[in-house]
Amino acid sequence: MKRATTDHWLVRYLLIGVVLAFIVVFLAFPVFVILYEALKLGLQFYFSTLGEHQSRSAVRMTLLVALTVVPVNTLFGVCAAWAVTHFQFKGKALLISLIEIPLWVSPVIGGLVFALIFGRQGWLGPWLDDHGIQVMFAFPGIVLGTAFVTFPFVARGLIPLMQSQGSAEEQAALTLGANGWQLFWRVSFPKIKWGVLYGMILCNARAMGEFGAVSILAGTVDDKMTMPLQVEQYYLSMDQGLSKAFALASVLLLLSAVTLVVKIALEWRHLVPSARRLH
Amino acid sequence: MSVAVQNITKSFGAFPALYDVSLEVKTGELLALLGPSGSGKTTLLRIIAGLELPDSGLVSFAGEDVTDKSAYERKAGFVFQHYALFQHMNVFENIAFGLRVLPRRKRPNREAVTKRVGDLLQLIQLEGYEKRLPSQLSGGQRQRVALARALAIEPRVLLLDEPFGALDAKVRKDLRKWLRHFHERTHLTSLFVTHDQDEAFELADRVVVFNQGRIQQIGSPDDLRKNPQNDFVREFLEV
Repeated sequence: MKRATTDHWLVRYLLIGVVLAFIVVFLAFPVFVILYEALKLGLQFYFSTLGEHQSRSAVRMTLLVALTVVPVNTLFGVCAAWAVTHFQFKGKALLISLIEIPLWVSPVIGGLVFALIFGRQGWLGPWLDDHGIQVMFAFPGIVLGTAFVTFPFVARGLIPLMQSQGSAEEQAALTLGANGWQLFWRVSFPKIKWGVLYGMILCNARAMGEFGAVSILAGTVDDKMTMPLQVEQYYLSMDQGLSKAFALASVLLLLSAVTLVVKIALEWRHLVPSARRLH
Repeated sequence: MSVAVQNITKSFGAFPALYDVSLEVKTGELLALLGPSGSGKTTLLRIIAGLELPDSGLVSFAGEDVTDKSAYERKAGFVFQHYALFQHMNVFENIAFGLRVLPRRKRPNREAVTKRVGDLLQLIQLEGYEKRLPSQLSGGQRQRVALARALAIEPRVLLLDEPFGALDAKVRKDLRKWLRHFHERTHLTSLFVTHDQDEAFELADRVVVFNQGRIQQIGSPDDLRKNPQNDFVREFLEV
């Protein structure tokens, strides 16, 4: 059957071709290069690099940061999405825009802002110093920078989801005597749980890969480096640095791959039942 | 239980939804709020349930002022036009919801919940549907489940917002008949909103005619037919 909306075959192939070319150049080829360079000097070198103190410390730091940032931003995202979709108040549109600021601002700027606030010469720096609290070049600073960069991810996905669902079920629960807590856990949360998890995955992926903000807040203190920072550190070092950098980068790549698989599994689980329902 | 509203006024921004509305629903009465869309009848129902707050005026249940009580304290049985069933819960869990959220000391045990839900399923003639999800039910079945869910908490008043509005003609007639029988058996004080005068006249003991946020006339179906008090009522009822 001929359909009026079907584009010319040439247009179709051209568009698909362009997309494929992009994927090869920007995704497939780099992945190949990372794996090739990482393993160029042999498996033994590869594993001894990963066993080095600096590598292990970087992996640990990255996982710790993600474990701290993702729950915090999930809580924030759910609160923000709830507030925006369930309450009417002035400046709501502005609030939604504010939530998205980290997507528009360069992470480096975000890092600099925190450095200006918490750094030795910053607004709160002297006070923090007096009380023996270290933010800059320490775990709190890295968490702050990462949290700033990743905080829109959960909220941004949830707001349209919750808006489309409306609040009829919540109203029904209220008339049945549910209090706020019961309302959230028994009615609202089950409706958004996959959306929350999806946001957490995106947030996690971004948190593990963050470089700009963290590079300013962590500096080059040896034990306070996340994986992206350590990759750069290896890259700049002399002694077979390039191969070491790629070895560690391959671990980051592996973490991304795991994230991607979880995301696809989630989408599959999510889409397949609804597709079935259509038939 | 009787329900009374006194001098209720409510506006949404610049739009006046209700203007100085007073009304008493007697114990055991089945009352229809009838009017064109936008006349304020649903808003009044939601104010009685506690889902909207009036700008001024009082709501009382059995003589007790409940104006400042929230919806979850009032626990009026509410049936929504589009059912508002919990999509992720099966029929059993939907109906049991109101029992499961009771404070611990009032919460019935497992057998009591099963018994209560079973009785309600029998009442709405959906035995054997416990495990179905709302998405696996027809519109009429969904609305019956919504009714059972509202009845599970043994409400003192039943509020129905266009309960048959989303159903096709045949199902609508059956469900109407069912509701009439149910009311004759239980005499649960009930209010329902409709824009369909046949529905109002067939079901209700008394009908309240609304237009533009004001009550135009209150009376039995016979009364309204014989003595329409103003032009709006006469034209709306086509008498």
